[in-house]
Amino acid sequence: MDLSSAQVIGAGLAAIGVGAAATGVGNVFGSFLEGALRNPSAADGQQGRLFIGFAAAELLGLIAFAVAMIILYAPPAA
Amino acid sequence: MAEEGKIDPMSQFAIEPIVGGFELFGQQISFTNSALWMFVVLGLIYVFMIGGMKRELVPGRWQIMVEGVVGFVDNIIATSISGPAGKKYTPWVFTLFMFILFANLLGMMPLGIIPGIHPFTVTSQFTVTGILAVISFSIVLIVGFWKHKLKFFSLFIPHGTPLPMIPLIFMVELLSFMVRPFSLALRLFVAMIAGHILIKVFANFVIQAIDAGGASILVAILSIVFIAFVSALELLVCAIQAYVFALLTSLYINDAENLH
Repeated sequence: MDLSSAQVIGAGLAAIGVGAAATGVGNVFGSFLEGALRNPSAADGQQGRLFIGFAAAELLGLIAFAVAMIILYAPPAA
Repeated sequence: MAEEGKIDPMSQFAIEPIVGGFELFGQQISFTNSALWMFVVLGLIYVFMIGGMKRELVPGRWQIMVEGVVGFVDNIIATSISGPAGKKYTPWVFTLFMFILFANLLGMMPLGIIPGIHPFTVTSQFTVTGILAVISFSIVLIVGFWKHKLKFFSLFIPHGTPLPMIPLIFMVELLSFMVRPFSLALRLFVAMIAGHILIKVFANFVIQAIDAGGASILVAILSIVFIAFVSALELLVCAIQAYVFALLTSLYINDAENLH
């Protein structure tokens, strides 16, 4: 296998992390909604924590994306 | 860009000097497109704020908008920094929120259809977001050590930690504290870069599909619809990232102000 195709495959593998982060973000909002529907009056006070959780989950997916981009656009001759 | 009918999705992030500068300590100092768009963002914020600061007794639409934004940032600070000390950080958090929001939104505007204008997203550069994050982090460090002196290190030991666990917990908490500026900067920078690359990649599909002709025009139409949806999502992400940056900054400042 030549280097450039290995690069593309590696970038694709790194992109799996983005999908995992999608699960995480969905989990954050899903759990929030689940709790918020049980006690809607308390939901507004937790919006800050919701976005902190969202930010933490999203960051890991974005890092996976950054890694994929670094692999994909790295100079082929290494 | 023209060869093979392909768009390089990374070329939109290239920094080019507009006015040739001078050498300083072996570094080229010049007025770049990044600096130009920063000034545009500054001008937009200025116009936005001045337009709403007429202090009319019966506020018009514009004044309501400005008051809404100010109230929003005030609310972030009031809920995340406990105690009256939070009020004095409003200028910095407001600056962060407005600059990031306007820079993100300006980068999403379809200004590229005007010939000769190459829109540039200021926040898609790690240097810009990195500096913002470093300033926030410095505020946390300076306030923390100024106010609590060496007691600031107790931030790294949660209440009720068993004695044998203290060295380990201290190291873990210190590590999580030290990556804060990186995570702040990286989140905003990558979120912006990812959205813009995604849109450009699908724009590439449109051009290639039209070049191919025939039934592949369907691919072009689907791609354009997808671009519209992603653009809407990106507008949401622009606002969320500005909010998250401001929120996390004020939470970190809360750590410095109140310890635990």
